[in-house]
Amino acid sequence: MKKLIKYLKPYALLAVLCVSLVFLQAMCELKLPDHMSDMVNIGVQRYGIKDAVPERLSAWTLGRLRLFMNAEETAALERNYSADTADTFKLSADMGSEDRETLNAAFTKAFAAVSAVDSGELDLGVTCNAEYAALEMMSESERETLLRSYMEAADMGESVTGQLVAMAIRAEYERLGMDVGAYQLAYIKRTGVKMLGVALLVCAAGIGAGYLGSRIAAGFSRDLRRDVFKKVIGFSSNEINRFSTASLITRTTNDIQQMQVVVTMLFRIAMFAPIMGVGGVIYALRKSVSMSWILVLALIVLIGMLAVIFSVATPRFKIMQKLVDRLNLVTRENLSGIMVSRAYNTQEFEMQRFDRANAELTQNSLFINRVMALMNPVMTIVMNGLTLIIIWAGSHQIARSSMQIGDMMAYMQYAMHVVMSFLFVSMIFIMLPRAAVSGDRVAEILTSESAIRDPETPRDMRRENGGIGTVEFRNVSFKYPDAEEYALKDISFTAKAGETTAFIGSTGSGKSTVMNLIPRFYDVTEGAVLVNGVDVREAAQRELREQIAYVPQKNVLFTGTIEENIKLGAPNAGRAQVERAAEIAQAKDFITGKEHGYEEYISQGGTNVSGGQRQRLAIARALAVDAPIYLFDDSFSALDFKTDAALRKALAKNMEGRTIIIVAQRIGTIKNAEQIIVLDEGRIAGKGTHDELMRSCSVYREIAKSQLREEELA
Amino acid sequence: MSAEEKRREEQPQPGQRGGHRGPGGGGMPVERARDFKGSIGKLMKYISRHKAKLVVVVLFAMISTVFNIVGPKVLARATNELASGVVALARGAGSINFAYIGRILLIMLALYGISAGFSYLQAWIMTGVTNEVTYRLRRDISEKLHRIPLRYYEGVSQGEVLSRVTNDVDTINQSMHQSIVQIITSCTTLLGVLYMMLSISPLMTLALVAVVPLSAVFSGMIIKRSQGLFKSNQRYLGNVNGHIEETYGGQTVIRAFRNEDARIEEFNEINDKLYGSAWKSSFLSGVIQPVVGFIGNLGYVLVCILGAVMAGRGSLSLGDIQAFLQYVRSFNQPISQVANISNVLQQTAAAAERVFEFLGEEELSAEPAEPVRIENRDGVMSLVYKDGDGRTVAHPFRGNIEFVNVGFGYDPEHKVIKNFSAFVGAGQKVAIVGPTGAGKTTIVKLLMRFYDVQQGQILIDGHDIRDFTRRDLRSLFGMVLQDTWLYSDTIRENIRYGRRDAGDEEVLSAARAARVDHFVRTLPKGYDVEIDEETTNISAGQKQLITIARAVLADPEVLILDEATSSVDTKTEVDIQRAMNGLMEDRTSFVIAHRLSTIRDCDVIFMMKDGDIVEQGSHRQLIEANGAYAEMYNSQFESA
Repeated sequence: MKKLIKYLKPYALLAVLCVSLVFLQAMCELKLPDHMSDMVNIGVQRYGIKDAVPERLSAWTLGRLRLFMNAEETAALERNYSADTADTFKLSADMGSEDRETLNAAFTKAFAAVSAVDSGELDLGVTCNAEYAALEMMSESERETLLRSYMEAADMGESVTGQLVAMAIRAEYERLGMDVGAYQLAYIKRTGVKMLGVALLVCAAGIGAGYLGSRIAAGFSRDLRRDVFKKVIGFSSNEINRFSTASLITRTTNDIQQMQVVVTMLFRIAMFAPIMGVGGVIYALRKSVSMSWILVLALIVLIGMLAVIFSVATPRFKIMQKLVDRLNLVTRENLSGIMVSRAYNTQEFEMQRFDRANAELTQNSLFINRVMALMNPVMTIVMNGLTLIIIWAGSHQIARSSMQIGDMMAYMQYAMHVVMSFLFVSMIFIMLPRAAVSGDRVAEILTSESAIRDPETPRDMRRENGGIGTVEFRNVSFKYPDAEEYALKDISFTAKAGETTAFIGSTGSGKSTVMNLIPRFYDVTEGAVLVNGVDVREAAQRELREQIAYVPQKNVLFTGTIEENIKLGAPNAGRAQVERAAEIAQAKDFITGKEHGYEEYISQGGTNVSGGQRQRLAIARALAVDAPIYLFDDSFSALDFKTDAALRKALAKNMEGRTIIIVAQRIGTIKNAEQIIVLDEGRIAGKGTHDELMRSCSVYREIAKSQLREEELA
Repeated sequence: MSAEEKRREEQPQPGQRGGHRGPGGGGMPVERARDFKGSIGKLMKYISRHKAKLVVVVLFAMISTVFNIVGPKVLARATNELASGVVALARGAGSINFAYIGRILLIMLALYGISAGFSYLQAWIMTGVTNEVTYRLRRDISEKLHRIPLRYYEGVSQGEVLSRVTNDVDTINQSMHQSIVQIITSCTTLLGVLYMMLSISPLMTLALVAVVPLSAVFSGMIIKRSQGLFKSNQRYLGNVNGHIEETYGGQTVIRAFRNEDARIEEFNEINDKLYGSAWKSSFLSGVIQPVVGFIGNLGYVLVCILGAVMAGRGSLSLGDIQAFLQYVRSFNQPISQVANISNVLQQTAAAAERVFEFLGEEELSAEPAEPVRIENRDGVMSLVYKDGDGRTVAHPFRGNIEFVNVGFGYDPEHKVIKNFSAFVGAGQKVAIVGPTGAGKTTIVKLLMRFYDVQQGQILIDGHDIRDFTRRDLRSLFGMVLQDTWLYSDTIRENIRYGRRDAGDEEVLSAARAARVDHFVRTLPKGYDVEIDEETTNISAGQKQLITIARAVLADPEVLILDEATSSVDTKTEVDIQRAMNGLMEDRTSFVIAHRLSTIRDCDVIFMMKDGDIVEQGSHRQLIEANGAYAEMYNSQFESA
């Protein structure tokens, strides 16, 4: 997994940019409820009056308020208010924030005091309408003491005083003849525009992050795919077998695709959710610290519920895959055995078998579905319950005046954000281990080194010993990696130019292994393979393989035209050379019989040509290469006797002077070879011509006996 | 990696029909059914047997939704009480009425509880219905498998049928649940919320209704724009994956022919193309969410502004605004869901179409009304039938097989067997020989009525094989095919497959006769070894021996053998030969032969070429005739 991180490096700048955008998006998203809260608190509840500092004041009101201000506050007042008309004062536009704070506190206090005096709650012991005269008579310190003692007794919180002040200012504006409705509307509009701006930012940042994330993820997977592909193509057969071809394919396709999805998600959700979660908590705390327990409770309940649901469902999930596999297996068997079951009249039995697998699967999936169906109602009720608790606790806070209604509403939204982020994060935690498995599987390829590498100073074997293509095995033993038994033991032989050397033996006797050692698909465990007298390990692989034209046991063709397929090893071959190869391979007739002849397109896997045709094309492909050594690994098995014979005749005519090595199953195919080597369980059981072996080698005789009758054996 | 894992990798993963799917589900192109109405209609028929339950589901889903929708409106009262309480506090004219708020909250809790309860009940019933439907669909498919003519299977791959049983039925299972419940809840929510909003403020509702559908329009536009892009992305992905599969599959060949660089170059080219389309399609599908989110926010802000204005004028309470804000959120969701449902339904229809297409395949022709019966009469196997006068007649079974002017072609235009006649007497051995692809198995398939002749007839003891029931006819034959078919169970059960009612002792003696016994004894659990796909301790040759044992157990009148061409180790080979010879003794046998020794031991040889039987006769006769058989025979020994 760590190994793959470096594939993100080229995109570091984009990633940083992307993360900042995600951060911006989250911050803006979190800002929205804040604005909404302002809208409710100030826009609706407080008539658009955002604090206690009035924009205009009558001299008369100012005079009363001044009574409750100390010298410092009065100074601030004088600094920032100027006469507007004869008896009104106006707030100057360029007030410092420090002054605003001072004045806010001062006005709040003063408005509260004036309202208390007016309502008679602050009893001065004088007759009505004489209070202010009495107050003016007092000294500043006397008024202060009076105010303080009143404030302590009234015990008013910010919420209530705020409301009170807003009402007082609104009354004052009305007195001054201002349109209070328009004033409120202006505030609402301003806040609305701000909200829209923020929403637009959320959208833009989201799109931007999506753009960057997509590029990063797609680039990451492209780079990864490129390197994995290159790596695999350079693997020796050791690694291919260790991983298995099917596994390598899934790793390069599905697993990398999976990684791409994960990286995309990483930048979209995995970054966004925690930022939102943490931000939600911070904002929620800002609105109210004492209600945090609700969040904690909600999360605990949620975790508890999820834990219960999953602990009940998980064991069933685990067997689910097995049951699906079982159903697939039975269906596959039903299909592949359709003839057999009809022949033996076992259709009912097959239906029962299927029914059992089907019923088990259905039962299990019903259980899982029903348990998982709990998720939705449970989530809804937790979310709704959360809202209700917040309202209950919030209303008490509001009563105590430590919170406003808008704050409570915002708090609900922050709580939702927190819970949702938590869910997303837990989803990521479920997803990550799976992604990590994919990642590890891909990384495993990248960290594997090919067991077969070129030497630092390769010997050029092409010209050594005349370059005629002698192949020699010198005491070769070979063990497949991780195998206990030797697949080949102590094999020695020389295949000379101009001669045919043939291998025969039962399945698993090591024939193909011998073939694989010559082009160095594997390295010998002991001994040495020499081509032109040079140890194959001392030569460059490309140069070695230039000496060899090879027909594999499995006839792989590639998408492309027939001509392209034949030219695979000889890209510069002309049409004449291609046609000649096809002719020797007995492929000419069926190629020219095709609608487009040599231009006929081979579909993936070569499914549009028959097995025999595929084999002949594979042979033609090898024959198009002008190499001194030709390897035929069981290359005649899909041909009928007649074609087999014609091909061998053509080969004998055209391949003079070459070293030919054949693996075969039919004795008829190899009967005339100069040298036949009989393999049995990885050892040489006999070496010689057909006649010699018939006399001396019992294994050979037995093979021959199963294929031919006495009279032909003679 | 464990063997289990490896196997799973090779299987098609669910949801991966026809290639690999890209990231992000949201805006992926959805495959469409050719006949949407018909497929959904057929599916409905399947579901309709659960009508009563479905009605309950609909009802419960609606109840649950309604209770949920009422919530915010009730909650508004609590908010209003709070708001007026705050003002009252400020005026010093009272406080918040906690008893009232508490009561409302309790009512709310009850509402939400009831809603959740009904929602779960609905889901409980619905999962029952969907699982029952999927179970029945699968069962019907599995039964159908056995009623379809073999012809069908020549044309389709196993994977295709398999994916109908698993992927398609799975898709139906999931999407059926999702779409039915979502249609109900989405529609109820939409209508309910609309009603609630109207009851609070028609003006605000109007404003909202004007804005919110924009999200559906926008996402629709984006999806439309991106269709082409998604398609090309799928295509490039297919190209890349195809290239990978092909290269890895032929990796040794590529290395042997030093073709690595060309392959890499080609790969990089298509990989770069994929990159271009991958990020674009991923980006586009990612754009929908923020845009829809923005439009959602737009509605939200609109409600805030309008609500604040109206509240400022006193025509709307604070609680109403709050309720409205909640409704805005729940108004957005069903709209995007409804847009999604059409996709889900398309998917369902496409899957259902494939399933019903299979279920609607033509079945085997009907059995004869009055068949010739094969019965055991006083220990003698007899053919029992009604003669021309309607009397029931019984004749002992002899086993003469006659082909009379048989003509057949897999494709009626193109006959592979033109006019074939032959008589095979009871106890005779027939070798069917010819080059690969000559259609040697066709004769066998006609004989066992896997296919019906199109011209002429095949007679058994003078009765057309079409006058028997298939079951009776096939009970005459035993078959050992080249690709051995074993199923996942013990060796014992696999042998018993030849005759399901055979006792253990009979199985054992069949195993001995087929030379299975001695290698089974070397296995750790003997006859109880489970055979499955990973079985490695049983070789191909040994598997063939097991299928021979199966035929021994069946003890058929006529034997059909398909000789193996693939080589097995010498010892097993000898075993197989001996087991087969033992089986053929005193039995009418048809051998698809590859070994000259087998061929020459037969009484009659059918020489096939280009799908037709060109010669028949004994080895000597055919050699003397110096025709196709002689040519093939001699080519084996020509010098190379």
